[in-house]
Amino acid sequence: MLYSIGKDSGCMLHLARKAFWPAPPPFPLLHIDTRWKFKAMYAHRDKIARENGMNLLIHVNEEARREGVGPFTHGSSYYTDQMKTQALKQALDADGFDVVFGGARRDEEKSRAKERIFSFRSQGHHWDPKTQRPELWNQYNTRIHAGESIRVFPLSNWTELDIWQYIYDEQIPIVPLYLAAERPVVERNGQLIMVDDERFPFAPGERPTMRKIRFRTLGCWPLTAALESEADTLEAVITETLLAKTSERQGRLIDTDQPGSMEKKKQEGYF
Amino acid sequence: MTTASGSRDLPTILNRNAEKGVLRFITCGSVDDGKSTLIGRLLYESTNLFDDQLDALAGESRRYGTQGEALDFALVVDGLEAEREQGITIDVAYRFFATEKRRFIVADTPGHEQYTRNMATGASNADLAVVLVDVRKGIAVQTRRHTRIASMLGIRHLVLAVNKMDLIGYDEARFRSVEAEFSAFAEGLGFLSLQSIPVSGVFGDNITYGSDATPWYSGPALLEYLDTVEPAVETLKGAPFCMPVQYVSRPNPDFRGYCGRLAAGQLRTGSRVKVATSGMTTSIRRVISGFDDVDSAEAGDSITLVLEDDIDVSRGDALVSDDSDAAVSDQFQVRLLWLSRAPMIPARPYILKTGPREVAASVMSLKYVEDVNSGEHIAANTLSMNEFGLATLTTAMPIFFKKYADNRALGSFILIDKSSNETVAAGLFNFSLRRADNIQMQPLEINKNARMILMRQRPRCLWFTGLSGAGKSTIANLLEKRLYAQGNFTYILDGDNIRHGLNRDLGFTEADRAENIRRAAEVAKLMVDAGLIVIVSFISPFRAERDLAREKFSPGDFIEVFIDARLEDCERRDVKGLYAKARSGKLKNFTGIDSPYEAPQSPDVHIDTGLLSPDDAVTAILTALD
Ligand SMILES: Nc1nc2c(ncn2[C@@H]2O[C@H](COP(=O)(O)OP(=O)(O)OP(=O)(O)O)[C@@H](O)[C@H]2O)c(=O)[nH]1
Ligand SMILES: [Mg+2]
Repeated sequence: MLYSIGKDSGCMLHLARKAFWPAPPPFPLLHIDTRWKFKAMYAHRDKIARENGMNLLIHVNEEARREGVGPFTHGSSYYTDQMKTQALKQALDADGFDVVFGGARRDEEKSRAKERIFSFRSQGHHWDPKTQRPELWNQYNTRIHAGESIRVFPLSNWTELDIWQYIYDEQIPIVPLYLAAERPVVERNGQLIMVDDERFPFAPGERPTMRKIRFRTLGCWPLTAALESEADTLEAVITETLLAKTSERQGRLIDTDQPGSMEKKKQEGYF
Repeated sequence: MTTASGSRDLPTILNRNAEKGVLRFITCGSVDDGKSTLIGRLLYESTNLFDDQLDALAGESRRYGTQGEALDFALVVDGLEAEREQGITIDVAYRFFATEKRRFIVADTPGHEQYTRNMATGASNADLAVVLVDVRKGIAVQTRRHTRIASMLGIRHLVLAVNKMDLIGYDEARFRSVEAEFSAFAEGLGFLSLQSIPVSGVFGDNITYGSDATPWYSGPALLEYLDTVEPAVETLKGAPFCMPVQYVSRPNPDFRGYCGRLAAGQLRTGSRVKVATSGMTTSIRRVISGFDDVDSAEAGDSITLVLEDDIDVSRGDALVSDDSDAAVSDQFQVRLLWLSRAPMIPARPYILKTGPREVAASVMSLKYVEDVNSGEHIAANTLSMNEFGLATLTTAMPIFFKKYADNRALGSFILIDKSSNETVAAGLFNFSLRRADNIQMQPLEINKNARMILMRQRPRCLWFTGLSGAGKSTIANLLEKRLYAQGNFTYILDGDNIRHGLNRDLGFTEADRAENIRRAAEVAKLMVDAGLIVIVSFISPFRAERDLAREKFSPGDFIEVFIDARLEDCERRDVKGLYAKARSGKLKNFTGIDSPYEAPQSPDVHIDTGLLSPDDAVTAILTALD
């Protein structure tokens, strides 16, 4: 089960624990570590795995790490391809996983809205959106040949509101970054970027300012924009979400770096 | 907005949200009739588009749109690059929106005939279908096909959206004529309601609000109607309970739980329960839901059950209330919708999947194919892509099932091709053609074991497969001589010989080849039961059929022997002159030339005729038998 540390992963893990309880889920968690996640995310990840007795696999694209591939130096597309897409493929190949759970939802993005719940990947992890298997009722065809795989999205039909409602009802722990607090930010292209560690390349004379911000979605800190907010409790966050006028993935800078970009990334193996 | 006032009524808001019912619907109909535009418009007007999505839409409308400077709403749902470039929908888009009263999951399906299976994908989980018709073009073949599929899959409510009214000046007469033609067609297809609405997706008439352009229409706008229609709900809770077992949980020796979703009925701790196929009974000790022990559960709940006694239950079995006359069978009348480009082959073994259960299954006979336009029943031997028909289906083992009309989850299945893994058909159980418990085999006192003891040999089937001229018959002959000399009782079923007698009526089409193998396997099985060592020497080119043959035997009784020779060598020897004939086109469907040979992936014995002499091959086979 892919564990990205975000709120959707949190719900998915919670559901899996409930489904198998009193046994632990009979599969490991896999985190694809880009080395650029927020510090608070790493802390949350380790705590959740420990508290739930889950076997946590962490994979980094070591070759790209050695080459120093990063979002500021190599651009977001190349960085995402190397540290996420390629890293994910390496990790899946290394352990020969043939089924992977992911927390993606159809309401997130227009090409995700098209994807099956059991989404077939050919050898090399390619997704061909034009020849998806029919998927009727809840009868899922799970048969594959060696080298092929299936990505399973159990939360496909959940909306962002469903996620928050479930977190609220079940008291699921989330990364504190989802709640507003004073944090150091820099404004770039109209987006608020939080300075999470010393790797931030300041322009001459540029300085972070403290603003009360939170995140609707969490990814790599240089590529995830914050929004100014007073919502510092779960209740307040949900209330703001109900009134939101922008979509959740707007904070994701990589979705729009080229037309149809999510679909292209997904075809190449991105989650 | 202040945080305090927000949080004060949040629980109320969430409660309301949770209690709102969900209506799942699809849009369908012929290509270009305006389905995607309509849904885009609906999402736009019910303010479910966020600001950044609207900005993106404006930009994309300029680049790909068909509406000049105006917004092209189809682009809201046509999310794939190929769809935007070609201006058509290829696969279903699932979108979500809500009104004060309801939450909606809409599946916008493609109209193009080539993608009919994607329409069926969307329709299979829907409560209602909005059928779009371009008022200028009227009812098309795809309109009829989609409406029939909706009916077959159990959708009971229809909206006929007569679209593009703007292009005919909102003329009532034209609307009425489409409405009349469609009602006449839909009658008798089992729908409970049909609401016709004149709309324009591009201009938004009668979509969210009633329109001034159609003063002659007094019915509801589409969204008003969707908000109030009462969908037929499956009455699952009243039925006897049934839970297909998805997973057997054994974290430690002290715990054994059966996990699954309750597909029908209600149960509680203490309820008597039986395993549908074996009839073994016990009672329920614990019902676990999430992290809690609960007293009871009802249809729709995902639970783990702990039983009082240790009885044999595995994944795919169904746990049912012990007073239910659980329907178990291995022969059914079914309705099939064929989804694959490769047509259905009678008698070929496919994998039937229903819930967690997978079992080999063959279509034994096709009663008829339904004509898309007239609904007429046409006699046929096969189903091609996008056709539907009524058939008799046999499974290798008895399975638990429900009529589709009574329970969608337990009454539906898919067929999967064994070698490509493609989903080739969607199926609905109508009823059982015989009850498995009535066809209990006549118990015979002198059985295989008794004969085995008398004959002092282990009866088995040695299944030789390989190209024509690979040496199957030569090796089979030698092997039989050696066995005879050892005092064994044997028999050879040779492909050529059987085709002169038992299988004289069969040719070389895929279907006939499947039947050829099925008969050979059945005969071999009887002979094994009679105590013989049977050598079956058949080209048997298809993996699926060899697998089906294997499934007829007890484990270990079926030995697949791959007589492996290179095609070039067989063709060079060409003892019977058949390769020459096939090459010159005088012989059709010849294995290796214009019909494929699927080599075994893991045969029990692999004889490489390039390396072994026939004598050595026989020794190798005998060694493998010990
Ligand atoms: N004038 C007019 N044009 C319309 C209307 N609805 C759709 N169109 C146009 O008809 C064309 C096809 O619309 P789509 O929404 O893509 O049709 P569709 O039914 O989704 O097509 P497929 O999904 O490919 O089967 C587009 O050019 C639309 O702009 C309408 O109400 N009035
Ligand atoms: Mg469309």
